[in-house]
Amino acid sequence: MIKQMITASLLLTLYSVVGTGLVAYTSAATSEQIKANEKGVLVNSIGEVLPSDNYDNEITTDKITFADHAALGTANPVTIYRARKGDTPVAAVIITEAPEGYGGAIKLLIGINSDGTLAGVRTISHAETPGLGDKIDINKDDWVKDFDGKSLNDPKPEEWKVKKDGGVFDQFSGATITPRAVVKSIRTTLVYFKNNSDSIFSKPSDTVNTKS
Amino acid sequence: MAKVSLSEISINGLWKNNPVLVQILGLCPALAVTASVVNALGLSMATTATLVLSNLIISLIRNFVKSEIRIPVYIIVIASVVTAIELSVKAYAYDLYLVLGIFLPLIVTNCVILGRAEAFASKNRPIAAVVDGLMCGLGFTIVLCALGALRELIGNGTLFDGMHLMFGEAARGLKIVVISDYKGFLLAILPPGAFIGLGLLLAGKNIIDHRSSAKS
Repeated sequence: MIKQMITASLLLTLYSVVGTGLVAYTSAATSEQIKANEKGVLVNSIGEVLPSDNYDNEITTDKITFADHAALGTANPVTIYRARKGDTPVAAVIITEAPEGYGGAIKLLIGINSDGTLAGVRTISHAETPGLGDKIDINKDDWVKDFDGKSLNDPKPEEWKVKKDGGVFDQFSGATITPRAVVKSIRTTLVYFKNNSDSIFSKPSDTVNTKS
Repeated sequence: MAKVSLSEISINGLWKNNPVLVQILGLCPALAVTASVVNALGLSMATTATLVLSNLIISLIRNFVKSEIRIPVYIIVIASVVTAIELSVKAYAYDLYLVLGIFLPLIVTNCVILGRAEAFASKNRPIAAVVDGLMCGLGFTIVLCALGALRELIGNGTLFDGMHLMFGEAARGLKIVVISDYKGFLLAILPPGAFIGLGLLLAGKNIIDHRSSAKS
């Protein structure tokens, strides 16, 4: 009886080790490619809101990570990429999240020109309802383009809401929570940018080797 | 267990013992991702790959697993295979990964896979197990795609929308607008639409089976 139990547990351990080994091997073999994919997507999404001839610095490394993310209302540190032409700040691309999405946090990329207008907004990842909330994805709908050129003066701060709440932004039929979360997050980010725009551009960028 | 012929395995997986329509297994992904054809196809292809690989491995090790610990061992095999597939999709088909999101790791919990491991792969030779995995996977794929097509057509009036997410820009042209100026029918896209659609497919299969048994 005891002997049987020991053989069984040894066998189970063996299978676990082999299984974990397989996963570890695949993870090691694919991690470079996955990182490259993620960076490619990042470069592409930055390019969508900010044409690359607007700035001349290496934007993917000119970034800062804000541990002080509470002001942005997110649960995780927020990364900000900075675009400059020469020494002049052009725009900041902020990777933030809207924590109040219907299916959890919605990861957003928000480009803000140095004058405080929105260069553009893109959804990086989300778990919203297919066919309803997923219209925040540029592949599904043009809704996020509504934010292009908007700022805290246009529309007025109290109108930074979806129409259902008395604001100016469209909600989708059947999904109010998703656009509401996105609008709120963009507004918070704009306020944060307005109050901190000097420090956002003057902070030295993260050293490349630090693990974020 | 008596040896079954490969063609018999195929017919079982595809029709007679179809994972979704007859065994009513794997309903969570079948209902959740079938709002469009492209999502249904992506997930069922990943599921088919998992079925084939896990069936193969489990059949190969079937004589080295004590029966008391077989279920945990199967789960380890399936979880490892799914994670490896997830990482590969993330590395080599990143767009597809973005489409499928959380449903990819959730393949582990698809009972079709553990069901085939326990009911078939653990008792049969590797070739039969691979064919069984492939055919059950195809059976799963066909039903998911049919359900996806039904819901996308009724819900959005289109077919094959978003194929470029899976097959690159060239596939964008595959989109067929079946009903132009269609306002959309939200119910079909929402979860209740999945249940109703699946119910219709089940009814359809039963009607066909009844007719053919009545003839013979």
